Amino acid sequence: MSSPLPDDERARAAEARIKRRYRAERIFQICGVSAIAFALFALLALIVSITYQSSNALTHTYVRLDVELDPADVDPRGDGSPESLAAGSYRGPVRDALRARFPDVSGRKAKRQLNALLSDGAEYALRDEVAADPRLIGQTTSFVLPMSDDVDLFLKGDIRRDVEESDRKLTDRQIEWIDALVAEDLVSHEWNTRFLTAGDSREPELAGMQGAIRGSLLTLLVTLLLSFPVGVAAAVYLEEFAPRNRFTDIVEVNINNLAAVPSIIFGLLGLAVFLNVFGMPRGAPIVGGIVLALMTLPTIIIAGRAALLAVPPSIREAALGVGASPTQAVLHHVLPQALPGILTGTIIGMARALGETAPLLMIGMVAFIADLPSGPSDPSTVLPVQIFLWNDAPERAFVARTSLGIVVLLGFLVAMNAAAVWVRSRFETRY
Amino acid sequence: MSIVKTKMETRDLDVYYGEKQALQSVSLEIRANEVTALIGPSGCGKSTYLRCLNRMNDVVPGCRVEGAVTLDGEDIYDPDLDVVKLRARVGMVFQKPNPFPKSIYENVAYGPRIHGVAQTKTELDDLVRQSLAKAGLLEEVENRLEEPGTSLSGGQQQRLCIARAIAVSPEVILMDEPCSALDPIATARVEELIDELREQFTIVIVTHSMQQAARVSQRTAFFHLGILVEEGDTEQIFTNPAEQRTQDYITGRFG
Repeated sequence: MSSPLPDDERARAAEARIKRRYRAERIFQICGVSAIAFALFALLALIVSITYQSSNALTHTYVRLDVELDPADVDPRGDGSPESLAAGSYRGPVRDALRARFPDVSGRKAKRQLNALLSDGAEYALRDEVAADPRLIGQTTSFVLPMSDDVDLFLKGDIRRDVEESDRKLTDRQIEWIDALVAEDLVSHEWNTRFLTAGDSREPELAGMQGAIRGSLLTLLVTLLLSFPVGVAAAVYLEEFAPRNRFTDIVEVNINNLAAVPSIIFGLLGLAVFLNVFGMPRGAPIVGGIVLALMTLPTIIIAGRAALLAVPPSIREAALGVGASPTQAVLHHVLPQALPGILTGTIIGMARALGETAPLLMIGMVAFIADLPSGPSDPSTVLPVQIFLWNDAPERAFVARTSLGIVVLLGFLVAMNAAAVWVRSRFETRY
Repeated sequence: MSIVKTKMETRDLDVYYGEKQALQSVSLEIRANEVTALIGPSGCGKSTYLRCLNRMNDVVPGCRVEGAVTLDGEDIYDPDLDVVKLRARVGMVFQKPNPFPKSIYENVAYGPRIHGVAQTKTELDDLVRQSLAKAGLLEEVENRLEEPGTSLSGGQQQRLCIARAIAVSPEVILMDEPCSALDPIATARVEELIDELREQFTIVIVTHSMQQAARVSQRTAFFHLGILVEEGDTEQIFTNPAEQRTQDYITGRFG
């Protein structure tokens, strides 16, 4: 189409075209930048809100009390042996110590309210200190003991004084006592180290993630040990050795489909096969690890094949050309080249497994477990399931602990992704 | 000329890629300690022919080879023959320099190591240095054997690949357009090298450059459309070809 336009008109048209092109480019870039900005904003909002909500769980409220350790209470056998100390009653001495601060409290109801200021963990804290130093028996010593979760919430402003007494977890009288303790400078905030060292508990101030952390680590260990070798072997065979025929096509399509199967299906499989047919223990990391390994396998195989495919064929030819067997060519040259990609895929698969909840619910890793698991066949739970459980708990102090649990889980994910980046740069050879 | 010894020979060689026939009844002798150049337009089958000589076509899916290929009178497509041993005897240098992403030393040492040629570390060191020296690369890389092979220039990389091929002491070296990715100066270096290597090895080289064939080879074979049109002494092919098609090709009328 060569319409005989005058020159100036043609120049104008060209100029307009250039302007349109610039505008289109600008709009395209603005779209991209705003998409990134939106994603960053969402991420920032998530992190800020979770961190803010979790801040209350970072510390816990303690009270300093002078406790008189009567040997009759704490050392029932009178021999000072660890067994005897463990069998002793510490609740009485703790409560007496608190009551000594408020001698005018009388009546069952008032006493119960006063006792409720202390955590159920106070007596165990005392027991641990006595066990560590039995010489304290028979003396009056000042101990720093945990207060209840409601006191903690009150002092951090989550239970408010100006609310009607009937709508509040603490009575006016309890608040008076707390004020008195604060006025005497007996109340302090300590770092909530229990959160990382203790197992789960019904009491928010006693609950910790150690059980879930161990459960997650054991589960991931099983997952890694199973899925990495199997996945890499499958990827290498399919990519480097398998003949291209209908059978391998079917295998390939099914692996790709497996990667898209909802994770709860794998949980059902674990329930039906591993628990019901093979009779493996319920809620154990070994079963969770196997289920998650099945779920992670397709990811590792697909990432592994992509990494192997990315190795230039000239490397294979070079190896074959100097007389390496196909297996030697793959093991000595192709696989080392593909390793960073394979490891990155594996760690991404592991990170997904770490955050997985649904399949683990099916195989019973959702129970309340206060004991720390010591091996892969002990019942345990994992980080995301622990968060899920706390989120369901009625006590208000679990809100902050749920958020802090999420922070811990995110910390693990960030650490794993950092490991992926490190592994990549460590093993990657520039081509 | 002294007694001519035949190193490799193909008789009635047919090669198919699936349904497509790539080579048709090619019979050619490769003489020992000579450079044989394979020339012809793109897609004429010269690279396919070269890759039949050390069975590199085995790894191409759907490739089928019929006819006889012999090395010192021995059929290399014999099912009992170990292809790994064959490739140690018939080495290969590729079109694009493809050093392993390892050190210069490791590149050369790899072949001897997997074939168990060198027993001790000193033997291996000597072998690596000898191979690099034969490839004319030792002087340039003597002080940086631990640097990656990929850090060398293109021409040096190709000579490294030649050193790598030499290190397993093959009898025949196949070269698939070894200079097509190199500049003229690097090309000249490699061509000189090929001429020196002829004393020790039998060389078959595929080339697109008529001048290169004329410069480095003693024998030339001209392929066209999967058929071996003509073969003979290089001088005769380039000055007085028997076939009109050869004449047309070397004078640049097609191809």
